[in-house]
Amino acid sequence: MTAVEEAPLSPAGNPIGFGNMKRVEDQRFIRGEGNYVDDVNLPGMLHSAILRSPYAHARIKSIDTSAAEALPGVVAVITGKTLEGIPRPSLLGDNFAWMPTLSYDTQAVLATDKVRFQGQEVAFVVATDRYIAKDALELIDVDYEQLEPVMDAKKAMEPGAPVIRDDKGQTDNSITDVHGHKTWESGNAIGTAEAIAQAENDPNCVVVTQEIMYPRVHPAPMETCGSVSYLDKVTGQLTMYTTSQAPHAHRTVYAMVAGLPEHKIRIISPDVGGGFGNKVGVYPGYVLSVIGTIVTGKPVKWMEDRGENLMSTSFARDYHMTGTIAATKEGKILAVDVDVLADHGAFNGVAQPTNYPAGFFHIFSGSYDYPHAHCKVTPVYTNKAPGGVAYACSFRITEAVYLIERLVDCLAAELNMDPAELRLKNLLRPEQFPYTSPTGWEYDSGEYEKTMRVAMEIAGYDELRKEQEEKRARGEYMGIGFSFFTEGVGAGPRKDMDILGLGMADGIELRVHPTGKAVLRLSVQSQGQAHETTYAQIVAHELGINPEDIEVVHGDTDQTPFGLGTYGSRSTPVSGAAAAVVSRKVKERARQVAAAALECSPDDLEWELGRWFVKGDKERGKTITEIALLSHGSLELPEGVEGHLDATAVYNPPNLTYPYGCYICVVDVDPGTGQVKVRRFIAVDDCGTRINPMVVEGQVHGGLADGIGMALMELIAFDEDGNNLGGSFMDYLLPTAMECPTYELGETVTPSPHHPIGAKGVGESATVGSPPAVVNAVMDALAPFGVRHADMPLTPANVWRAIQGNPIRVDMAVE
Amino acid sequence: MRFAVPSNQAKEPDMQVTMTINGESVTKECEPRTLLVHFIRDIVGLRGTHWGCDTSNCGTCVLWVDGEPVKSCTMLAAMADGREVRTVEGLEQNGQLDPIQEGFRECHGLQCGFCTPGMMMTGRWILDNNPNPSEEEIREGISGQLCRCTGYHNIVKSIQWAAEHPAENEVKA
Repeated sequence: MTAVEEAPLSPAGNPIGFGNMKRVEDQRFIRGEGNYVDDVNLPGMLHSAILRSPYAHARIKSIDTSAAEALPGVVAVITGKTLEGIPRPSLLGDNFAWMPTLSYDTQAVLATDKVRFQGQEVAFVVATDRYIAKDALELIDVDYEQLEPVMDAKKAMEPGAPVIRDDKGQTDNSITDVHGHKTWESGNAIGTAEAIAQAENDPNCVVVTQEIMYPRVHPAPMETCGSVSYLDKVTGQLTMYTTSQAPHAHRTVYAMVAGLPEHKIRIISPDVGGGFGNKVGVYPGYVLSVIGTIVTGKPVKWMEDRGENLMSTSFARDYHMTGTIAATKEGKILAVDVDVLADHGAFNGVAQPTNYPAGFFHIFSGSYDYPHAHCKVTPVYTNKAPGGVAYACSFRITEAVYLIERLVDCLAAELNMDPAELRLKNLLRPEQFPYTSPTGWEYDSGEYEKTMRVAMEIAGYDELRKEQEEKRARGEYMGIGFSFFTEGVGAGPRKDMDILGLGMADGIELRVHPTGKAVLRLSVQSQGQAHETTYAQIVAHELGINPEDIEVVHGDTDQTPFGLGTYGSRSTPVSGAAAAVVSRKVKERARQVAAAALECSPDDLEWELGRWFVKGDKERGKTITEIALLSHGSLELPEGVEGHLDATAVYNPPNLTYPYGCYICVVDVDPGTGQVKVRRFIAVDDCGTRINPMVVEGQVHGGLADGIGMALMELIAFDEDGNNLGGSFMDYLLPTAMECPTYELGETVTPSPHHPIGAKGVGESATVGSPPAVVNAVMDALAPFGVRHADMPLTPANVWRAIQGNPIRVDMAVE
Repeated sequence: MRFAVPSNQAKEPDMQVTMTINGESVTKECEPRTLLVHFIRDIVGLRGTHWGCDTSNCGTCVLWVDGEPVKSCTMLAAMADGREVRTVEGLEQNGQLDPIQEGFRECHGLQCGFCTPGMMMTGRWILDNNPNPSEEEIREGISGQLCRCTGYHNIVKSIQWAAEHPAENEVKA
């Protein structure tokens, strides 16, 4: 299937460059020799547990820890009061009870005045083993005065609504961003409003408005969050083993939060058991493990359990969207306007580039060619856990893609037009690239129609429609759903993007040893993405060194250069580019050395994979291995040539990359039970150059399962009292092998013109692109019942209710 | 979120548990309430078996007791006393990887690796009981376990690969 040129094979049978290559990291994982944070045990290590609030909103009147402290084996019990008493030598507040969030808000490390969501951190116990730590939680007596919780985002701004953030002196539940804005707009409000008004008055046009909710979900990686922290009081060195997608960024944040000197902090992220955005944020638990080691002088392990993970760490989505789409009756889209109510929970803890506080949501104009687009996002506080940007969302492109792809299908239903035909009429054309979208994005490259046609061919689209027609005649409900998505990934250009003031460039370091073996040191952090394999392939592609001769080092801030980590599909677009750039620097150094050895000018040399040779005399040349040794030897080098082949680079991307794809989902719906069965899932991705097609396809598979999960099963809902109804895997349902089909993948390859190897990143494509395909398929199946929209998750109960003409609100346990 | 009924008494005295783990007899002291997964990980020190939820849903803790896969977060160590336990560390024999291990690497059946030991233990058991399982049988066999990375596609392929490439001793048997 691969469109990549076949790379020659190394002695070990690996491609010296791009192509399928078995993963280096598998050798340890298949033997059970992975090293995750919970596998770290340091001498004298203590364990810890967090007491969490049973209420969504309550005032803390008193906390009695005496019984817990008296339990044999308990070493320390820490409350918000304890933290208030620890002075912090930092600009970010004068004590440890509060910490900054990644969106310039504050969040309680341990609650002092009030608890603001169910599961919030109230007290921290350090003990000799994990069972005793948990026992001690039961002995802490907290006297709460319950307050009315704000669980419904739609009611958060009503007059008289309880105020959640009174700690900040707020008088309502609005959120103000770092620029002082309470709503976040993008695009042309006036032009869009005018275009829609015009269409409303034009008999040749239609305007469709639809309320669309993207409910709260959770990334739920198989490994929960945790850390083992140790402060060596003699050297002042803090070592922290932690489940982090961004070790360097975390180090800087801990330096700021704890007031510790940054050069004395070492963050080690060993193997990370999945992230999906769950391990980007800085959670109170991490900070508490640091405070635990400061207080006890011993290493302290904190490892959350699944309930804690689902209830307190970063959720995703929770966007109430109202979209309006205007089009001609022939199906030419004219304008889209979107109004969003964004539920941010109790603290604005969104991890995203700050330029536009709704992340990349304003890419919602999608893959289509129309001039007018505008969105307005209004964020509010509620008594729910903080977070918001997670679950492979590419900084909220999931919400954007879901919105436009649902709207396009609603429009198709209104026009009684085939949704494929409607999309083909509006897709951007190849000659329009680079394309500037109505909200200001510059899409780099794309051949959208080609990709869509490949997907339709794999699906056998015309036959599927025939089959559907026959089935409908028999009273069987089959649906076919499309999604065409465009993402902007690889955050990001330093001039436009940062997190807490940290620019989003990535450093890299390549050392070629005298024998020609190499070590590549990355700033980004694999959570399963196969960096140890694919980065070696990039260097192999550039330098001709065998991939098995290249060691990839990551996950330790003392051993790797600074960079912002792995999320938002940014590794390949940013750090992957850095790997190519640093290899090219080494290649250039090698050229100087080769020229000295061959006694010619560097300009007289030509490169072939792994070797410089004299132009016109192919026999006269030096391989990269020979040059490596020469560069360390006694060869006399011209002035200005340093010798050795080591190099470093920092890559600041000139633009985002824009992967895209077309997904087609085929479902069967049982109208009696509301059960949806995903029968087929076709995914054609264009992520530019594929470094390792096997790894790309694996990531697409995972994202498709995410889409099935979110569309059909996954949900963090609440009751009116503030109880989290998705706090365990008994309630937060993830797809198993039974709900997932065998996927059918295809590809087109349109390289990014500005990326050194033309790669675009793919990690989140399928998670972003697949939910609308599933929902569109179910709505297509339910069309005979007159159902145009129902919100995710389309559980049997929700589908059945939609068929009855009585769709329910999914995010609240209310009628 | 809780392991036990609260008590302000000192913890119960430890008990002695003896079991055979991957062919070797192991005797350790533990609290009576110690879960098998914590016994294996923290007391015996075999960390290939993982802990991913507390509700028997995720299956990262799957190992074998007396030849049957069990979720070791839902069993006390004391209940395994006198019994035979096999963990992921026991798959490789005499330096030879089990075909199920080869299959997962061959077919890209893992990404982050966290669910992998449990998946391989179940995969091995499926094949021991049904050397030529259908895709449906494999999917049903692993349906008590969760994976967030692979979408299960390549896990199924990995188990199929192992079925097609039995070890020599399997062929003889």
